[in-house]
Amino acid sequence: MFYRETGQFKQSYAADSAVFPILQDRYGLAIVMAIAFVLIPMFGSEFLLASVMIPFLILSLGAIGLNILVGYTGLLSLGTAGFMGVGAYATYKLSTLFPQVNILVWILCSGFFSAGIGVLFGLPSLRIKGFYLAVATLAAQFFLQWCFVRVAWLYNYNPSGAIEVSGRTLFGIAITGPMATPVNRYYVVLGVVVVMTLIASNIVHGRIGRTWMAVRDMDIAAQLMGIRLLPAKLLAFAVSSFYCGVAGALMVFLWLSAAEPSAFDIKLSFLLLFMVIIGGLGSLIGSFMGAALIHILPIVIRALPESLGLPVAAATVEHLTYLIVGGLIIFFLIVEPHGLARLWQITKQKLRVWPFPY
Amino acid sequence: MSLKKMILALSAASMLAMPAIEAANAEDSIYVPLFTYRTGAFAGSGAPIADGMHDYLTMLNERDGGIGGVKLVIEECETGYDTKKGLECYEAVKPKKPVMVNPWSTGITLPLIQKAGVDKIPVLSMAYGLSASAKGDVFPWIFNPPATYWDGFTQILNYIADQEGGGVDKLKGKKIGYIYLDASFGREPLPLIEQLSKELGFEAKLYPVAAADMQNQSSQWLSVRRDRPDYMILFGWGALNSTAVKEAVKTNFPMEKFISVWWPGEDDVRGAGDGAKGFKTLNWHAAGTDFPLIQDIQKYVVDAGKSQVSDKAKVGQVLYNRGVYNSMLIAEAIRTAQEVTGNKVVTGEDVRRGLENLNIDEARLKEIGLEGFTQPLKLSCNDHNGHQSNFVQSWNGTAFEKVTDYIAPMSDKVIPLLDEDAKSYAEKNAPWPERTEACDAS
Repeated sequence: MFYRETGQFKQSYAADSAVFPILQDRYGLAIVMAIAFVLIPMFGSEFLLASVMIPFLILSLGAIGLNILVGYTGLLSLGTAGFMGVGAYATYKLSTLFPQVNILVWILCSGFFSAGIGVLFGLPSLRIKGFYLAVATLAAQFFLQWCFVRVAWLYNYNPSGAIEVSGRTLFGIAITGPMATPVNRYYVVLGVVVVMTLIASNIVHGRIGRTWMAVRDMDIAAQLMGIRLLPAKLLAFAVSSFYCGVAGALMVFLWLSAAEPSAFDIKLSFLLLFMVIIGGLGSLIGSFMGAALIHILPIVIRALPESLGLPVAAATVEHLTYLIVGGLIIFFLIVEPHGLARLWQITKQKLRVWPFPY
Repeated sequence: MSLKKMILALSAASMLAMPAIEAANAEDSIYVPLFTYRTGAFAGSGAPIADGMHDYLTMLNERDGGIGGVKLVIEECETGYDTKKGLECYEAVKPKKPVMVNPWSTGITLPLIQKAGVDKIPVLSMAYGLSASAKGDVFPWIFNPPATYWDGFTQILNYIADQEGGGVDKLKGKKIGYIYLDASFGREPLPLIEQLSKELGFEAKLYPVAAADMQNQSSQWLSVRRDRPDYMILFGWGALNSTAVKEAVKTNFPMEKFISVWWPGEDDVRGAGDGAKGFKTLNWHAAGTDFPLIQDIQKYVVDAGKSQVSDKAKVGQVLYNRGVYNSMLIAEAIRTAQEVTGNKVVTGEDVRRGLENLNIDEARLKEIGLEGFTQPLKLSCNDHNGHQSNFVQSWNGTAFEKVTDYIAPMSDKVIPLLDEDAKSYAEKNAPWPERTEACDAS
């Protein structure tokens, strides 16, 4: 009834191939943006901003990066956390070597370092596929994490081996370090994530995205149609690693504000892969949904017994969280193996004919 | 549209989170959050400490009705020794105005070092965290009594020199192996080792163990067998300790020459069987239950079923008593804060002053019911650590027994390094705020 495109006529090709062809979708997006930009910072508590929204947005960005590689190009990667680490350490080195330059510039630039490393480790992807490529990227994960521990130059020879974030400003407002309020950090993260999601959306809906999807669906057929596999795959690695690198830099500088190499361990790679798979392969919305399910759901479950006034010990809640989240993941994968994004699509289909389904 | 569902979930999440945040913090109570880990790879070490901390504070509530007549609100937050979860805990407890936080992980301590001064919440990282935070003039909000890792390392060296029959010159030409958790915690002593090995003329062999391979140290111990070090020093945590002891027994390394920093507990050693006899660790407090205070804990908390301790026999073990010691510091800091400021319901700022004026002497220890439990501890404006002496305890197959007197650290070597490290920390994190908090005359 409400979600129906009847009467919305397209008068140009551009309108027909728009990312959001339906008017309701565009309104919906505007509402979401209004909530994200106005309502959440206005009414959200510091906890909501600092521990829920900022990590959620950063993980979503990482998931988008991985989704470009796994979902759109069909190249399985387990090196995501390593590439995120490259972004973080690159930003750290650059910002300590050139403290005059704005930190946001370095956060975005760090993506290029990460992209370079990504391309390097993506080279074998021409010859090896599937699980074998996963193993090759696993090597990247371990090698990069080894570097973060062993190469003392990367963390400026700190005795603790960790990288620390000093206070930096943007237009005179503190955005990193202890003086940065969660609201400021939230706006920076939100801005970066929204712009980069928009760019990703344009990439995957355009020629490059179609190239990737052709490679994913059948690489020999793609080759016969004139797609050069190596550049296409390497570009996927580069763009994916760029996104992961920026996500990693944001993670250290605007979320954790100090990081040990163990922040970029294999667990994070798996976590992002789960987000992509549960959210939906080859879907940007899915990346957000997956990140929400994996990051926000445990927080909600943890807060539940307390807000209901039930005296449950912290450790028990933790065990319950593992049980419930694990169970839900299995439930979603059985009900909809194509992820939450597909579930959402089905819901939309049903909505179109509601309340008189045929 | 498509994001709509997500936002719905979000607003639901925020609605659920809000009442939780507002729930605590009644006016006439002191909120003490405890960051604990009873789950994950480090639960073996984390659970007894969590029990000890929790039970002492609960006992104060049950027996005395809190501290100075003000009830304590004790709340555990599960970190799983994970930095991200630890920060989440920090953000969750921050609105409830905690009087201090005890991160119980060096990884969680590091980001909090910067936040502490801004949020006005003192951080008590008891004998872990950043060694340089012992400098109160640079880190007014961070406290790491009673000794830093660098103190601990030099105490072990002093002990070794003693075993070799005299002064530190006896270390010359010795080969000393160092097996450690390859994270901030285990890496802290590395600059000290580098310097001391040159100055004192011993050869250091490093055996890092990554957190992921804690339970698989065969390659490190193969190298130990090849290098044949005269002594081995262990800086481990969680499963790393138990595995290291097991591997040492398997490698036939002489256990009396295997000395650890203060973190292994009974459970870590017991699993290695009789071969572990003679394994040594540093410690600064007694084990056992022969103290009026511990007996009070048994009476008011454990026997009353208010403790989470899995087995009553665990009360009084090394790591349980470590937790008790930590909570004693919390309680004494709050008590001192009440005395210094005259407020009954103290804030984080008051407790920071309380920590700086902390003076637990023999008389006070007796009053608490911990006579002979540990050495007196006095902190000051500049010294947030105390650099206390430790003793060496040896495993006799069933319990740890004290085998040496208190051994002093090599302060002449450690203090200049601390100064240098604190200075370089402030430089690297420029603009590091100058200390503005006034010192109390004492």
